[in-house]
Amino acid sequence: MNNLIGNKKVWLALLVLFMLVYPFVVGQSGYLMTLFVMITIYAISAMSLNLLVGYGGQISVGHAGFLAIGGYSAAILASKLGLPFLLALPLSGVITGLIGLVIGLPAVRLSGHFLAVATLGFGLSIPQIALNWDSLTGGYSGLGLFRPSWLSSDLQFFYAIVLSAILITWLLYNILKSRLGRAFLAIRESEVAAQATGINISFYKTMMFTVSAFFTGLAGGLYAYWIGFVSPNDFTVVTSFLLLGMIVVGGLASLPGAVIGAIIFTILPELTSSFVGLTNIAIGTAIVLIILFRPAGLISVVDRFKKKKQPVKIIEENDQIPLPDGDGGAAKNVNL
Amino acid sequence: MQIIVSGLIFGCIYALVALGLVLIFKTTEIVNFAHGEMAMVTTFVSFVFLTKYGFSYGVSLVFAFVFAAIFGLVVYFVFMKRVQSSPHLNQIVLTLGLFMVFNGLAGLIWGYQPSSFPEAIGGDPFKVGGVYITKNELFIVGITVLLMLLFFLLFRYTKIGLAMQAASQDIMTSELMGIKVSGVFMGTWAIGTVLGGIAGVMTAPITFLSPNMMTEIMIIAFAGAVLGGFVSLPGAVIGGLIIGAFENVVSYYISPEMKIVFTFLLIIIVLYIRPQGIFGGAKLVKKV
Repeated sequence: MNNLIGNKKVWLALLVLFMLVYPFVVGQSGYLMTLFVMITIYAISAMSLNLLVGYGGQISVGHAGFLAIGGYSAAILASKLGLPFLLALPLSGVITGLIGLVIGLPAVRLSGHFLAVATLGFGLSIPQIALNWDSLTGGYSGLGLFRPSWLSSDLQFFYAIVLSAILITWLLYNILKSRLGRAFLAIRESEVAAQATGINISFYKTMMFTVSAFFTGLAGGLYAYWIGFVSPNDFTVVTSFLLLGMIVVGGLASLPGAVIGAIIFTILPELTSSFVGLTNIAIGTAIVLIILFRPAGLISVVDRFKKKKQPVKIIEENDQIPLPDGDGGAAKNVNL
Repeated sequence: MQIIVSGLIFGCIYALVALGLVLIFKTTEIVNFAHGEMAMVTTFVSFVFLTKYGFSYGVSLVFAFVFAAIFGLVVYFVFMKRVQSSPHLNQIVLTLGLFMVFNGLAGLIWGYQPSSFPEAIGGDPFKVGGVYITKNELFIVGITVLLMLLFFLLFRYTKIGLAMQAASQDIMTSELMGIKVSGVFMGTWAIGTVLGGIAGVMTAPITFLSPNMMTEIMIIAFAGAVLGGFVSLPGAVIGGLIIGAFENVVSYYISPEMKIVFTFLLIIIVLYIRPQGIFGGAKLVKKV
């Protein structure tokens, strides 16, 4: 039994199983399925953002801009050029990735608050551009698109999204374990040390933005196909703040942490949707409480639970001395 | 000319908000994203004194600024003191959380319906060399210049100013030198919040009073502060003024909706050439 609790694979299998039976558990209710899809889309975006912020140490306060670009790319490719789903969706990721590359190039020179402002400006500008570029984006009224015939029902498309989410998570996991991911971590820890070991900083920083934008763009494309519609108000700068809140609350530099954050911040606004002020208070209070009392994110609760099961670790002389106040972990070392 | 002058007047408000931001950041190293919302709350409080209790304009402002100072202190003690040594990202997200809490609370108490707020000085606009200026606008400019001078003198000649500078350099050393850093931080938060409140009271007659009135101003003031280098008080003011003027020019010649796009484009270009901002000084690279 003990083995079962500690086994990651069992939990993953249970999670996948839950995702597969979910539509039948909720009786295929449109509202609850959309809620689940939104969680999935935010989870993909939060994981991509975590790649940039948690692993790479580069802050982005405008990530919803990439979601919007992904959504619009899918809508434009599908409705204006008539490309099929299997081509339009990956292309929406590629287009967003290319824009991420363009954003990444100047961002390489910036750090901390300067980078925050540059990305904030990006996040603010995208909805404005979408609003004003009538001929391409349909201005205020937005753009509609249709799902392919072989995925036309909600149930079929739900599984398409679940499958994409699993695939993307697997890809992100492998990227983080690869040479690329280790280079990101090295840059986060110390740019000077990373450079000294032969890591090309500008290249990898630009790569971070590109990879992160690519996956966020895919999430945006999935969103556009699920709703069947994109408009300038779908992803504003508040969404960017929320994404940032998700990864900090869930846990920096942790993929499950990003998912936990996405679940909380998608469900929380739904519970208080009767009044916009209450939503803001609920989200704000959640963020404030977590930062004050669990600065390493909710995932640290799970980690602590896990550590209790392991034998007591003997602290060696060259081991890092644990911090007295308990906040630490990855968040402590984010180099902004 | 009229366009640039009107832009500069709005730039004064950006400058005041940016000034409060930079002041708090320079001393405590925290970027307060809730700054604009705290200013909004202060403005609402002055409005309550003005309408509900029927105090005169000046008296309600004084009360509101006393409230702002206490508000700043409370925020410092309850939240900021605990995250003083946390990573920057946590601090940023905490202030974003406070931003949402204050916005929601103000909405809950006063509602999201915008209401009008009286100007400090009424009266018809008059003409100075081909440019129309209202008395209220002149007042805004006057206050900005006055506060700027005040801060210059404060930092240059008074003990508390020097203590603030010292604390911004190195907290531990200042403490060893006998500076009560905690007290300095308290002062900074109080002054910074009052500064924001002044900006809020000046904004309200122009944009109407509502819980969302400071959001956009705060974002642009933040950009202005970054343009000025984020650690320099004159930089913050000049950054705010540049953005105010530029924004007005763009909205007149191109389109009002696109002003934010072009403003940030300008900032990114400036930062690309000078990544530390216009008044940022030499760029420091932290070696291992």
